[in-house]
Formats: sequence, structure tokens, C-alpha cells
Amino acid sequence: MIEFHLNSRSGLAPYLQLIQQVRHALRLGLLREGDQMPKVKDVAAGLAINPNTVLKAYRELEYEGLVAARPGIGTFVTGTLGGVALAAHGPLRRDLQRWLAKARRAGLDDESIEALFASTFRSSAEDEGGMGRWAG
Amino acid sequence: MTAVIKTERLGKRYRRLWALADCTLSIPAGHVVGIVGPNGAGKTTLLSLAAGLLAPTAGTIEVLGGPPPENPAELARVGFVAQDAPVYAGLPVADHLRLGAHLNPGWDDALARSRIERLDLDPGQKAGKLSGGQRAQLALTLAIAKRPGLLILDEPVASLDPLARREFLQDLMEATAEQGLSVVLSSHLIADLERVCDYLIVLVASRVLVAGPVDELLATHHLLTGPRRDPATLPAGQQVISASHTDRQSTLLVRTSEPVLDPAWTVSEVGLEDLALAYMKQARPARRNHHLEVQQ
Repeated sequence: MIEFHLNSRSGLAPYLQLIQQVRHALRLGLLREGDQMPKVKDVAAGLAINPNTVLKAYRELEYEGLVAARPGIGTFVTGTLGGVALAAHGPLRRDLQRWLAKARRAGLDDESIEALFASTFRSSAEDEGGMGRWAG
Repeated sequence: MTAVIKTERLGKRYRRLWALADCTLSIPAGHVVGIVGPNGAGKTTLLSLAAGLLAPTAGTIEVLGGPPPENPAELARVGFVAQDAPVYAGLPVADHLRLGAHLNPGWDDALARSRIERLDLDPGQKAGKLSGGQRAQLALTLAIAKRPGLLILDEPVASLDPLARREFLQDLMEATAEQGLSVVLSSHLIADLERVCDYLIVLVASRVLVAGPVDELLATHHLLTGPRRDPATLPAGQQVISASHTDRQSTLLVRTSEPVLDPAWTVSEVGLEDLALAYMKQARPARRNHHLEVQQ
């Protein structure tokens, strides 16, 4: 079972934060197929958030095929995210660590590193699927 | 969409002074609705009218599809926690529950008792000796043990410390999830409402300036920054809520259901608090005049 948290400064709507945390947990293998999701009532009470917000997040996840509600019992994880790719995390993380060390040696501070990563990420995403995304 | 509270040109006058005037609004069921506005906007008067504690001077009000509660059977359908959570100071906690059981046909005694136990309230303690947070929790217990269709809370957390405030809202959200309650609460602290409300009404001087589902409000309001520009030249679909200018730059808060395509603008999202404040500011007479008044 995962425990949700909310960052009131993230600028991201609370229901999107919940979705992001589930996807994140699935990617990292913290949530697996068959696991039960926290009950709506418990999430609402724990975070002091509107139960409709939790329901909205769960509905969205259901629509994505990641969870399914069993009436009267609860909501369960039915999908996986990047299960195969999980094995690749280790080597990629090491590559990234090497790259970060290199960037620091070159004199970049944290803010410059983040900005460089974000702009490279955006431009490569546009190169790979830009036209297709707009057309689709 | 069914309405839990519906008013039409509703007004309430105390002697010469109108506390609420010409107020027309509709509050949908199945939401936790936050009513925000500056002090004196008429929030307390509106909620007291809805709870049946006051009679209107003008206009009409419907609560849960009928007139505001008058007799005990009707009163049981609406839970009301007034500002500062009034309780009977001389009565022990247990007697408050006994009173609730006598006065309300649908009283859920098991719910009330389990809540008192969980809150660690001593049933023999006189309510006047409770802390502010405990008093608010007792008042909430009495209101939800009635099993109302509508729960009305007037400034429920304004006088609580941050921990008591969080605990109160946690319990309120739990009850909302369990009982499928419709909740209407007022506050002048918008930050408190951001998590719990999924519908917002901004009330200034008895007037509804904006109302809608929170997600929708956040998705249709954008902050635009860019080179200085006359707001009158914006596309027709973009309604300007607030605008400020320097000699080179303009910053606009606009409401639009269409995406903002003009590349001259940097578009950013707005939080609920900034959004509500922009509407309140728009309704206020210009600050410059205010200064003049002060100086006279």
C-alpha cells in the first residue's frame, strides 16, 4: 500500500499529484499488480482533501488501465508501467551520475543543470514526436 | 444539477442596514462548496438564512429544494455549525450528545460516541472547559451525527491553531466521504479551502463575482505576461480580470476557455487564492480613491 502526500507549492492540481505518485510508484516497482490502493475515505481523511479529488484521480487511473475498482471491496492495481524498462534504470542512473559529475566539473550549478536538462528534454521530445503529436 | 441552496434576489436588513442585498445564487449538491469574500460580504447572513436562523427581508431562498428549515423534522436535514462553534459551556460533553439524540429523529448515536472516543474527549468534561479545537470538533460531531443532507459551516477553522485546523478538516473530509454529504462552508482564508473545496463562490458585497468547480476555474484562468499592451486589443474570448502595466510590460489575469495562442505572452497558471483575490480586487473601488478618502 502506498501513502500519498501533497505539495501545496508544486502548482500541480492535487488530483494530478496523486496520479503522478501512483505512476511513479508503479515505475519504481513500489506498487505491483494486485496491490490494493488506499481507500478514498482514508486518503481524504489523511490529507484533508476533498474525496471527489481522490475519486477523480482513481477514475483517471482506471481510464488509463492502471487500476480497477471492485465495488464494495476497493480499488486494485491492474496494470504496470515500464516493467521491462525497470532493469535499465541502474545503468541509466549511472550514466546520468557520470554526466552530472561532468557538468559540475564544467562549473554548472544546480539551477543551470536543471535548465539545461529541461531544455534538452523538450527539444529532443519535439524532434522525435513533434509533428505527430500536433497532428494526432 | 440539483441545488442545495438557491436564492433569488435575497436580502436581509437590520433596521436601516442591508447585511445582504439582491443576492442571487445556486449552490449545487454533491460538492464541498467554499464561499469566500471579504468581511462584510454577507457570508454569515447568507448561511444563517439558509440554516433557518434568520428570516429574509426580501427575495426567496430554497434549501434542499424547499423553504429553509423551520420545524424539528426540517431542521434535522441541515447541520449548522455557527462561527466559533458555540456549545453549552455549562453542559458536559455527554449531555450535548443526549440533547442531540432528543432533538434529532435521525440521530446516529454510535457515530457520535465513536467520534467522541476517538477525539479523546472526556464525556464528563464541561464544554466550556474544552480547547477551541475540541469545541469545534464537538460542534462538528453534533452536526454530522444528525445525518444531515446538507452541512453548513460558518468560518469553521478561522479561530483554530494550524494543527487543530488540519485535524478538523481531516475529520470533515472523512465524514464527507463516508456520508456523501453536501457541504457549504465560508472562509476568508482561501488557503484553507484549496484542498477541501471542489466548488468555489466568490461573494463581494452580496454579489457572486465568480462561481464554479475549482478544476474548471483553474483551467480557464491564466496569467499572461508580455510586452505592454492595451487589454482592449485582446481576442474577444479573453475576459480580463485584472491588469497591471509597467512602461514596457503588461501582466494580465484572463479568463478564457480557449488556449492562449499569441506567442508574445508567457502563459502561467494561477492558484486559487490569487484567482479569488483578483476578483475581489476588481470589485473594490480603486485604491487611489481610498487614499484620498483617508487623507480628507
